Amino acid sequence: MKNNRRSFIKLAGIAAAGLAIAPKAMAAAMGGSAPIKEDPKGITAKQWAMVIDTTRLNTAQGIEKLAKVCHSVHNVPFIEGKQEVKWLWPDIYEHSFTEQENPYLADAVKKRQYALLCNHCQNPPCVRVCPTKATYKRPDGIVDMDYHRCIGCRYCMAGCPYGSRSFNWGEPRDHLDLAALNKEYPTRMRGVVEKCNFCVERLAVGKLPACVEASNGAIHFGDLNDPNSEVRAVLRERFTIRRKPSAGTEPSVYYII
Amino acid sequence: MKMHYGAPIIVGLVIFVGALCAPFVVGMAVTKTYKQPELKMPANEKECVESKEFMREKHMQLLNDWRDWALRDGKRIYTNHAGKEFTISLQNTCMKCHISKADFCDKCHTDAGVSPYCWDCHIQPEGLK
Ligand code: SF4
Ligand code: SF4
Repeated sequence: MKNNRRSFIKLAGIAAAGLAIAPKAMAAAMGGSAPIKEDPKGITAKQWAMVIDTTRLNTAQGIEKLAKVCHSVHNVPFIEGKQEVKWLWPDIYEHSFTEQENPYLADAVKKRQYALLCNHCQNPPCVRVCPTKATYKRPDGIVDMDYHRCIGCRYCMAGCPYGSRSFNWGEPRDHLDLAALNKEYPTRMRGVVEKCNFCVERLAVGKLPACVEASNGAIHFGDLNDPNSEVRAVLRERFTIRRKPSAGTEPSVYYII
Repeated sequence: MKMHYGAPIIVGLVIFVGALCAPFVVGMAVTKTYKQPELKMPANEKECVESKEFMREKHMQLLNDWRDWALRDGKRIYTNHAGKEFTISLQNTCMKCHISKADFCDKCHTDAGVSPYCWDCHIQPEGLK
């Protein structure tokens, strides 16, 4: 009887251990076998980052030109007023770098407009608060969204310290020129949040982000983890700042001042 | 034993049962035999991403996997059972062969009474109006 109980407990133990590793063993046996791979044309990184040269890109007009390119590539609706949807936009120093204000700021710096967008934070609060994992951080550092999953709760908008996210209060298609859509890319629907995606769909086929391409070299783009990348070279040479560093989000967008 | 209000109750019952059965009777009279919808197949492509049977039954699962693979894993090339490669994209792969949502997707979806919300965001090849 005693022996029996002991062997039963042993068996139960082994069974429990088996249960714990079975799913992993099965996945391993299948070789994690999703029949998929990356496009060899694509460019990859450990943490994509952007360095914006504000000595060269600093007028509302110049930044709006890039925003127009971005918004037409991604079918972003044009709405004026409080319900506006934006992926890239210009703003003044005091609004852009709230913690780094100074009453006697250099005239040049004060006069400039700054190009603002999602910072693709290394420690993104929007990802942490999203209840559906509609917002997630990809292995290449991009904070992306799966619009299929977004339930429009707007937690992420409350979580983002940079106002990088916009909500579709109405049907975005009502505010798009339907004849001029980019038919390679979807639109969004009413009730979801949207934001800049660092042009993941372009990186996947080996193209640089649309704004970088249109910036005439005023925006640098590259891998922050690669010491030989373009962004790291620029960061070594020029003085840069980031938005709200005290929030601890570790933005991946840097500004040359 | 005498039934109180026998006649009205019986009449009421008959009307009630009649009303209950009416849909079946009327249905039998008006329903034609079900005809499979006629889909417009791509003109210059005979093979889909997977076999016809697979696509017919499982295209929704495939699209579901495709979405997660492309968006979350960043892997946008799919290799099918025959070893042929496809770019994972509804708008840029599927709808490049199936050049009409109305003549293809809608046919079965309408018949089956389902309304998937793909096209709330994705742009159909016919364009938007
Ligand atoms: S609005 Fe959408 S993306 Fe934002 S937290 Fe809610 S579900 Fe996530
Ligand atoms: S800037 Fe805002 S939206 Fe972008 S990753 Fe950071 S917290 Fe998220």
